[in-house]
Order: sequence, then structure tokens, then C-alpha cells
Amino acid sequence: MLPARKLSPAGATAERLLWTLASLTTLVALWSLAAMISDSRHLPGPMKVLEVLGQESASGALWSNMSITLVRVACAFFLAMLIGTMIGIAIGSYKRADQFFDSWLVLFLNLPALVIIALSYVWLGTTELTAIMAVAINKIPNVAVQMREGARQLSRDLSEMAKLYNFGPWKTLRHVTLPQLAPFAAAAARSGLALVWKIVLVVEALGGHATGVGHQIHAAFGNYDVPTILAYALAFIVVIQIVEFGILQPLQARVMRWRR
Amino acid sequence: MASGNPVRIRVKRKTFPAIGGRDENTVLRDVSFEVSPREFVVLTGPSGCGKSTLLNIVAGLDTDYEGDIDLGAAHPRMTFIFQTPRLLPWRTIRENLMLSLPDGDPRQNNVDAIIDRVGLTEAKNAYPERTSLGMQRRAALARGFIQEPDILLMDEPFVSLDDPTAQGLRELLVDLWNSRPTTVMFVTHDRTEAVMLGTRILRLAAGSASIKADESVRLSPSDRTQRDKVQAELKRIFESTPET
Repeated sequence: MLPARKLSPAGATAERLLWTLASLTTLVALWSLAAMISDSRHLPGPMKVLEVLGQESASGALWSNMSITLVRVACAFFLAMLIGTMIGIAIGSYKRADQFFDSWLVLFLNLPALVIIALSYVWLGTTELTAIMAVAINKIPNVAVQMREGARQLSRDLSEMAKLYNFGPWKTLRHVTLPQLAPFAAAAARSGLALVWKIVLVVEALGGHATGVGHQIHAAFGNYDVPTILAYALAFIVVIQIVEFGILQPLQARVMRWRR
Repeated sequence: MASGNPVRIRVKRKTFPAIGGRDENTVLRDVSFEVSPREFVVLTGPSGCGKSTLLNIVAGLDTDYEGDIDLGAAHPRMTFIFQTPRLLPWRTIRENLMLSLPDGDPRQNNVDAIIDRVGLTEAKNAYPERTSLGMQRRAALARGFIQEPDILLMDEPFVSLDDPTAQGLRELLVDLWNSRPTTVMFVTHDRTEAVMLGTRILRLAAGSASIKADESVRLSPSDRTQRDKVQAELKRIFESTPET
């Protein structure tokens, strides 16, 4: 057996980066290989996809579609976090409410995204608001379930302390309750982003919107334009990863900084 | 300081309902006593005798009992120092003290002074979990005293500490109390601690507890630091009516 190597934090980061790089390179190599063997119309190689990405970027279509989709993602995300958090805290704090609404939650958790989207468009029409609502409704039950778990685990010791030291409702919320829910909110946010952006594309494709990444992919699908589908997918993955590493992870580290 | 009325405690019965296969459990029965202003009363007895329950009733945390509590004033300032420090882990020690007082309260001006006094000057901007348990307990003590309470309730605030640390905290408590005497009810199962701190000791009997003995502690402040005098007084108080 090899002796365990001790790495400095910087060394560990460098090693992790190296592994990621190696893994991604392998993936791209396999992709190229597969593209060479198969029909290039069905599976274009990486260079072809990059070329399309360049064209879309130069024409401005990439940026306008990406930004409109990101605005929809952001709206649906914040709406879902807000409503889901309120529902989660309410049912996590009151046993009766939990008993009553638990089956509703189970129902909505298991309702297929496609059903929610279809019914939203039928009932509310194909408006911008419907698109955002449909995405948010898909995400709300997940947020509610995670926040309910957080509310159930609220420390009785600390609420007694807050009561005896006359914290009052506002101070209790801000300094006692919310910090305990923060880790749950962070987890809900990270899993939420991943879900929301996938559903937004479906909503855009189904709703007949003339804009957005979902619309572009839908149109490309109609033309069997695989390079464009892959180009938009790739661009979107990169953007979401930037949000994840640039905003969500630092935010999570910040709310947890008091931990030993 | 509020008026000089005593605190009157009269608990006829306190019962915990049967839960999870355990029978209904009456922990307190006919426990009545008065605490004079600025008296340091120690409640002691075997574990499970209901001393913590009694303190929760006085604090108003437990309202499900038969009897009544007269705190001696309409709204006395009452502070509870718990068995665990119960600091907010996501706020620094100094923030924890500041938050325990209303915003803009003049007592907030004393926060840094009391932090210095309990020896937390270096640690005041640290998060509680990054300090030792002894330091967290110091902070909890400081948070209690910064309130300038009329009634101070303490539930075994020095358990699970090593001897020298616990002793240091006891001396700190005596020091804080001497400079601002207040009515204290202190729960402990440690007899030595009871004799060292209290001016009066109430002993609760095990099982459906009532008061078994009520003794004044006959020690001067200087006697309390002397081991042999504390031991002699402990013998006098506890061996006259041995534990059942």
C-alpha cells in the first residue's frame, strides 16, 4: 500500500483541478471519437459545435436568448424559494398544518412537470407570467419539503432562550430562526437552480414563446439541427456552473462560517 | 431593585403525562417556600427529583402545573442561566450579549466591561463554538448578569466542566453576585457547590418531591474559600438528615 501523501490546501486544489481537467479532456476525446465513427449529422464533433456557438454568439442570438431565459430562471427561482420557504416554515412549525397539508405536498411532489406546464398554459394562457408560474409551481414542493425539515429541527433550547431574554418576534426571526434555516435554504437553492433551469427550457419549448434557449432548441429540433442544440446546451451548462460556483457556493460558505 | 417582597412559590402538583410507555409521573407535590430578596437559595436533591422542573415553572417556561407563583413584583426582571450555555452559535460572543438586551438599552454600554470582567476580552469577537466550553459558560454568566436582574435562576450552570474551571466560574459567580446582590435560585446536585455558593439550601426528596430540609448556610464569605470549613458545613447540613 502506498503511504498517504500530505498535501497543502493549495496542492490539494491543484490536484483536484488536474483531475477535473483530465476527466473533461477524456470526455471531449470520447465525443470526438464517437462523432468520427457515427453519422456527423446526428452527432457533430466538438469543433463543429464550437463553430456554431461562435456563429450564434456573433449574430447576438446566443446572448439575447440566454439573457431572456436567465431572467425567467431568476424570476421562477426567487418566486419558488419565497413561496416554498413560507409554506415549509408554516407546516414545519405547526403539527396540525403538517398533518393536513402533507398529502397535498405529496400530490404536488409527484405531479409530473409536464402536467403542471400543460395545465398552466390551458388555464392561464401562454403569457410570460404563466411560464414563470409553471416553473415555480414545479419547484415549490421541493423547497417546502426541505424547509419543513429545517423548521422541524428548530432548537427548542434557543427559542426558550429567546423568550426569556425578551427577543420579541422580529429579533427571534432574524437572529434565532433564520440562521437555523439557512443551511436548508442553501441546499434548497442549489438543488432548485438545477431543477428550475431544466424546466424553464421545457416551458419555453411548449409555450410557443418566440424567445429563449428553450425556443431555440425546439426550433433546431424541428430542423434536425443537432449542432445548435448542443451549442445552446453547452453554453447554458457553463452559465449555470458560473452561478453555482460564483454565487451559490460562496453564499453557502458565508452563512456557515461560524461552524467549527 | 424592585420592591422588597419575597418570591412565593407554591406548587401543589406537577405531573408529566404518560409518554412512550412511561407511566404518568408526578415529580413535584406540595412544594412551598419563600425566597427573600437578595437571598441565594440553592435547590438540591437526587437527579430526577424535579428541581429543574421547579425552576422552569418559576421561569414561566412550564405553565402546566397546579399551584401559583408570586414573583413579588408585577414585572420583575428575571434571568435564566441554563444548563447548557445556549448562545447563538452564528453570532459572536459580544453580539450574543448585545442581542440579549433591547436595542439602544443603556445596559448595552456595560457589555465590554462585563466581557473584560469575566475574562473574555480576547474571545469577544469569536463565534461561541470556536471557544472552549468554559468560555461559553463565562459568556452565559455575563449575559445573565448584564441584565441586572431582580431574580436570577440558574440550572446547574457549571456541569460537565473540569474541577479547576468549574471552581473558577464559581468564584466568578460569587464575585459578580457580591458586587450586585440579587435574588438567586440555583439548582445543583453537587453538595460542595451548594454549600460554597448558597446562603440557604433547600433539599428536595427523591420521587414526587417535597421539601425535605431547609437549612441556612452558616459561612462567612471568607469561610467559603476554605475547604475544611465548607466540608464541615456540608456534613452539618447533609448528614443531619441522610439521603433516602
